[in-house]
Amino acid sequence: MSEMTKIVKTTANILFPFTMIFGLYVIAHGHLTPGGGFQGGAIVVSGCALLLVAYGSSWVFDRIKDKRLAAFESLGAIGFITIAFLGLMFSAVFFGNFLAGSGSLFGTTPATGSTLADFNTGGVLPLMNFAVGVKVIAGLFVIVLVMAYASSTKEWG
Amino acid sequence: MGIEFLIINTLVILLLIIASIVTVLLRDLLAATVALAAMSLLLSLEFFLLQAPDVAIAQAGVGACLTTAIIIIAIRGTKRMEDE
Repeated sequence: MSEMTKIVKTTANILFPFTMIFGLYVIAHGHLTPGGGFQGGAIVVSGCALLLVAYGSSWVFDRIKDKRLAAFESLGAIGFITIAFLGLMFSAVFFGNFLAGSGSLFGTTPATGSTLADFNTGGVLPLMNFAVGVKVIAGLFVIVLVMAYASSTKEWG
Repeated sequence: MGIEFLIINTLVILLLIIASIVTVLLRDLLAATVALAAMSLLLSLEFFLLQAPDVAIAQAGVGACLTTAIIIIAIRGTKRMEDE
């Protein structure tokens, strides 16, 4: 895909940070509000697809390589299964939530009653949401990127 | 669940069916893709009305945005055949 006009580029420049922040918010608050790793990752990738449409696939392909995105996808899967095996190691259960209630990272016990949402709860769930988010961002964006780049150039692959 | 929920729900489902029929009937592929995106967005709204905001976010992100982007990229790699 070739790049588009200045109007489209300016609109994409304005909308891109808001889309990224909303997607990262959905990933980070996955254990409190609706959404999680997959949904937030899809929102982030929709922002990246906006950038891809506005600036053209070769502009994006010069900056982000598909090999690096594939490495990030594998990193997300490895992080997810590593946290699951850490649960097997520390709490004797596969996917065991060994950080919940420990008082350290993401380990605060939530207050009872009607209170504001405490972000620092959930144990390993936010870490798993981050891992799934990295995997979904890399996996979906490499699909869109490679498809756009391969359809724009004849001698690719 | 009052009468307002019933009216809005019926309206959204009717628009959903209309958007689906328009998607099938349109000859122009790009217009059909836009109608499909509208159908997907209405389906996301229907999921939200049925109190599944999790599914609604996934449907809005994947169905209404990413699928549309991929289909438009695929259409740009084809040629128009108007005289058929």
